[in-house]
Amino acid sequence: MEKKLSLINQPIRKKDAMALVCGKPVYLDDIAPKDCLIVKLLHSPHAHALIEEIDTGAAEKVPGIEAIYTYKDVPQKRFTMAGQTYPEPSPYDRLILDRRMRFVGDVVAIVAGENEKAVDRALKLIKVRYQVLEPVLDFRRAKDADVLVHPEESWRALCEVGADNRRNLCASGVDEDGNLQTVMEDCEIVLEHTFHTKANQQAMMETFRTYASIDTYGRLHVVSSTQIVFHVRRILAHALDIPKSKIRVSKPRIGGGFGAKQTCVTEVFPAFVTWKTKKPAKLIFTRQESQTAGSPRHEMEMRVKVGAMRDGTIRAVDFYTLSNTGAYGEHGPTTVGLSGHKSIPLYNANLEAFRFQYDVVYTNVQAAGAYRGYGATQGIFALESMVNELADRLGIDPAVIREKNMIREGQVAASYYNEQMNACALDRCVARAKEMFGWDEKPLRQDMGNGKVRAKGMAMAMQGSGISGMDVGSATIKLNDDGFYVLSIGAADMGTGCDTTLAQIAAECMECDLDNVIVYGADSDSSPYDSGSYASSTIYVTGKAVEKACRELREHMSVIAAGILDCPPQELIFAADGVATADGGKKVSLGELAERSMNGNTETVQVTVTHSSPVSPPPFMAGMAEVEVDMETGAVELLDYVAVVDCGTPINSNLVRVQTEGGLAQGIGMALYEDIHYDAKGRIAEDSLMQYKIPTRLDTGRLRVEFEGSYEKTGPFGAKSIGEVVINTPAPAIAHAVYNATGVWHRELPITPEKVLMGILRREKEE
Amino acid sequence: MQIELWINEKKVRAAIEPDTLLIDFLREQGCSSVKRGCETSNCGLCTVFMDEKPVLSCSVLAARADGHHIVTLEGLKEEAEGFGAYIADQGAEQCGFCNPGFMMNAIAMFRENPDPTDDEIREYLSGNLCRCSGYEGQMRGIKAYLAFCRQKGGQA
Ligand code: FES
Ligand code: FES
Repeated sequence: MEKKLSLINQPIRKKDAMALVCGKPVYLDDIAPKDCLIVKLLHSPHAHALIEEIDTGAAEKVPGIEAIYTYKDVPQKRFTMAGQTYPEPSPYDRLILDRRMRFVGDVVAIVAGENEKAVDRALKLIKVRYQVLEPVLDFRRAKDADVLVHPEESWRALCEVGADNRRNLCASGVDEDGNLQTVMEDCEIVLEHTFHTKANQQAMMETFRTYASIDTYGRLHVVSSTQIVFHVRRILAHALDIPKSKIRVSKPRIGGGFGAKQTCVTEVFPAFVTWKTKKPAKLIFTRQESQTAGSPRHEMEMRVKVGAMRDGTIRAVDFYTLSNTGAYGEHGPTTVGLSGHKSIPLYNANLEAFRFQYDVVYTNVQAAGAYRGYGATQGIFALESMVNELADRLGIDPAVIREKNMIREGQVAASYYNEQMNACALDRCVARAKEMFGWDEKPLRQDMGNGKVRAKGMAMAMQGSGISGMDVGSATIKLNDDGFYVLSIGAADMGTGCDTTLAQIAAECMECDLDNVIVYGADSDSSPYDSGSYASSTIYVTGKAVEKACRELREHMSVIAAGILDCPPQELIFAADGVATADGGKKVSLGELAERSMNGNTETVQVTVTHSSPVSPPPFMAGMAEVEVDMETGAVELLDYVAVVDCGTPINSNLVRVQTEGGLAQGIGMALYEDIHYDAKGRIAEDSLMQYKIPTRLDTGRLRVEFEGSYEKTGPFGAKSIGEVVINTPAPAIAHAVYNATGVWHRELPITPEKVLMGILRREKEE
Repeated sequence: MQIELWINEKKVRAAIEPDTLLIDFLREQGCSSVKRGCETSNCGLCTVFMDEKPVLSCSVLAARADGHHIVTLEGLKEEAEGFGAYIADQGAEQCGFCNPGFMMNAIAMFRENPDPTDDEIREYLSGNLCRCSGYEGQMRGIKAYLAFCRQKGGQA
């Protein structure tokens, strides 16, 4: 039966919208108890050092200081701070505090006191004598270097990820299909280049933060700005070496995550203080700490080789990624995989062979983590740039070369775990983007006659929807008096609006108003298990759990209604206001039904369903950029950006749009502005928003976004994911446009005016 | 030291340290809408009004507010709800953490220039960072609100 969807693909307001726009106190630091101990960390000034002596005597005497902890005070079992399903692929290489300092910013000591002033004073009074060691700062030389970042015996990898701490290897591996060498040799043109992306910061406006307290039952209650309450519970149990049953983790509203909060950056410290002192404690990272001791994107260097025919047929791709996980291995073994697995499949149509190899190395810089795009962003920059260059060399329109080679609906991709594309509108995304942008009408390059040149560029992208065969999403839906529902979830709304979009799914299934669904989460005690909000999983995985739970609840409600109406449940019809017999003759209202469920009832009206998907259907998109380059200064102005996205069925038409615009802006920042430099000692220069330039509203140009629908049969109402794919096109599309303007390929991000100008000058000299 | 000031029209007398920042003082006084996103006066999240002018409360000493009128989003309930609804209708409040500062500065703009061009809007609000929205939704919300105000015939 074709039913008209009334709440799906609608521009519905977020449930928390008015609280947020009116500045209500809903974030962590707004709700933390006033009597919290203030926790701060002493950070290492050295990239690699051993603590020889640490004297906290004077610091402890500062009035108001409650406790100071050093490596001597913490449990000695290693763990990972990565929020991933157990057994985590990320190696167990952390202690809460270690004797060995592995990057500038690593944690030397924890100080807790009654107020900030006392804590700041105490931090200054801690005396540390370091044995300064030679650091590994160049990730290209880290593998098999003489200096080891993790020489310790207690380091261990739980999964087979090709890790070896005696070689500075956090992971390594290879995936291939077809006979690469033969196909490459048979190609008429082979191009090879190396690309470099930096350790970009998520720079969510709310920095990392956590508070902890002891509850009525003597358990540790940790409230954190986190995307992963259940993983935090397990990680804390490992770190503190206490049973998981002693820990409860919940989250308030989150001031942005983008993957940063898929790692336990701050949680362990106040949790440890509270567990020891039994007093509430909170840790709020400064912006500087977030920039220097956070969990940014993995810096990657990618060597890409593409084999093609003169007519543009792409037959072979050879891809090698070197990923820099920094001092610790959070998300190291997994992010790297996406650099190949979520770029190569884009060119599936004629692909006869591919090889994807990678090494992930430890170095003495800030540990990397998860950032929207999770490796795919880096890989897509490299491969899309390569394809643009191929088109340029062959004199083929870059859109045409894509039309010839892109993945299409129904295809099976060997480079994407042999998954079949049930829903893929990439071809329509490119076609629509061309129309919106006026691709065929606009020249590649146009001299404006005033020292400025306008040019266009393009790129495609994909991502996944959850981690196949692993991510678990659950939903509990409960009928209450008057017939309203409470939906409990363990997924985390970090501003993405999933509390609202999941409620839309529930309301659609229950055929009720959105206001009739209350959403509650995420709390490790009361929410049903969910791996958490990451890997673009929430709508696709948890959303499906919501749909299934609602279906089951309807059946239970029909049984109760059947009892009231005295007829078989299968003959009943569920409607917005109640349940009726097929002929409409007899009817029980939702309110009555709900009342009956609380009176002499034995039929359950609370259902929990858990869902996991064996596949991870990719969302796709096309992006086109128009830039104006000032040939005198090298400044690049983004004039227009067109993006067309296939996320399956959009659940909330406003929120998918804003997700896309936000992702584009971050991608633009990565392409043009956001830079990371280390000095000779390994210290990051861009440690504030003064130096680390995220785009303002003057920098993003005009963003024009549209959607091309497809229907993914394994997702709720045909939905795939949206959150991550949207960050992936700006870097390659802008690099392409800058090439068309200047004749210089920029294979390292960001593309700053200095680099553009130097490129122009170099090229002029060569000519 | 003692200061006396008006917070959202209410007279407040309080003891502060000479180096207390206005942002911390206001949060202590229950104005939790005031947020901090940086230590370098770059994000605009901490924007409040001092004698009707938007200031970065992270860069003003509480002592400087002595004798002045401070207004935070808590004191602008009606305007916040009125304009905020247009932001909400775009879904432009994502995580919402940047919103209070953005709302304050936008309200200041409406008062100063009730009929701004797109470029004037971008210029005026360029000090308000938002990492989630890509700014376009905020722009749509502002324009829809201004259109509504014009239609109403009154001022923003
Ligand atoms: S907190 Fe960033 S400008 Fe005030
Ligand atoms: S909505 Fe998150 S920073 Fe603006």
